[in-house]
Amino acid sequence: MKRHWWKVLAVLLLFYTLIAGLLGKVPAMAILNETIRNMYFHVTMWFAMMILMIVSLVNSIRYLGDFNLQADVRAEESARVGMVFGVLGILTGMIWAKYTWGAWWVNDVQLNGAAGTLLVYSAYFLLRGSLEDEQKRAKLAAVYSIFAFAMMVVFIIVLPRMTDSLHPGKGGNPGFSSYDLDTDLRKVFYPAIIGWTLLGVWIMNLRIRYRKLLQQNEI
Amino acid sequence: MKMLHKLLSLFFVILLTGGTAFGQDQVEMADLMRSNGKIYVVVAVVGVVLAGLIVYVMMVDRKISRLEKMMREKK
Repeated sequence: MKRHWWKVLAVLLLFYTLIAGLLGKVPAMAILNETIRNMYFHVTMWFAMMILMIVSLVNSIRYLGDFNLQADVRAEESARVGMVFGVLGILTGMIWAKYTWGAWWVNDVQLNGAAGTLLVYSAYFLLRGSLEDEQKRAKLAAVYSIFAFAMMVVFIIVLPRMTDSLHPGKGGNPGFSSYDLDTDLRKVFYPAIIGWTLLGVWIMNLRIRYRKLLQQNEI
Repeated sequence: MKMLHKLLSLFFVILLTGGTAFGQDQVEMADLMRSNGKIYVVVAVVGVVLAGLIVYVMMVDRKISRLEKMMREKK
């Protein structure tokens, strides 16, 4: 249990997110109506992705420090799970957009930036796949990973705030409440971020252990 | 007097009914689904999906733990 407490916490937080997320009190806002609850299931995907990409970045830098292939494995697997969250973020965002903005996609800075980020990270995996030699692959991937992270920050965080955007929180729009997030939303939003991130870390951890087993058996 | 009475009644009817279309004071929320209990069905359904996924992750976790144990014992 000492080693598994955070997994239990993840499960508890996720069930809390589901129950309080669907049944709890939320501010009544025009156009959004009940869909504001997507805060807990769409926005949280992006937070989880960002956190996992930070883990990937840190491990890429660690690899470049001492060329320890374990760090490279961690960098790859955290980016992989981060990508999954990114794809889920885009899909959930598209559903939300269809029923509030009227279209699955709009030509908007934030949306295009998010899609661009996923392309940049897809290229990371393509790059890895194209190299056979372990150390060479790890070195190139680590350097690319640093640039990929920088691009993600520019695409998702910087550019949308600088230009016009339809997306909440960007382009001069308020993020869901006048200047601050509503208290009722916060009560579920923050635990949800932790819950989803912990789930992502759990899956990343499983993949890393799996890779280690493959390596030990020389598969 | 009767004319005035009619006019006043007409005035009040328009006042009370005609103005409600302009601007929504009350944002519609899914109170219907809450009131007829169906929202709990949604929670239950998604809960089953979540529980299923968690159980799967736990099974994979246990399988990997067993393999790791085997590897340690082999050494």
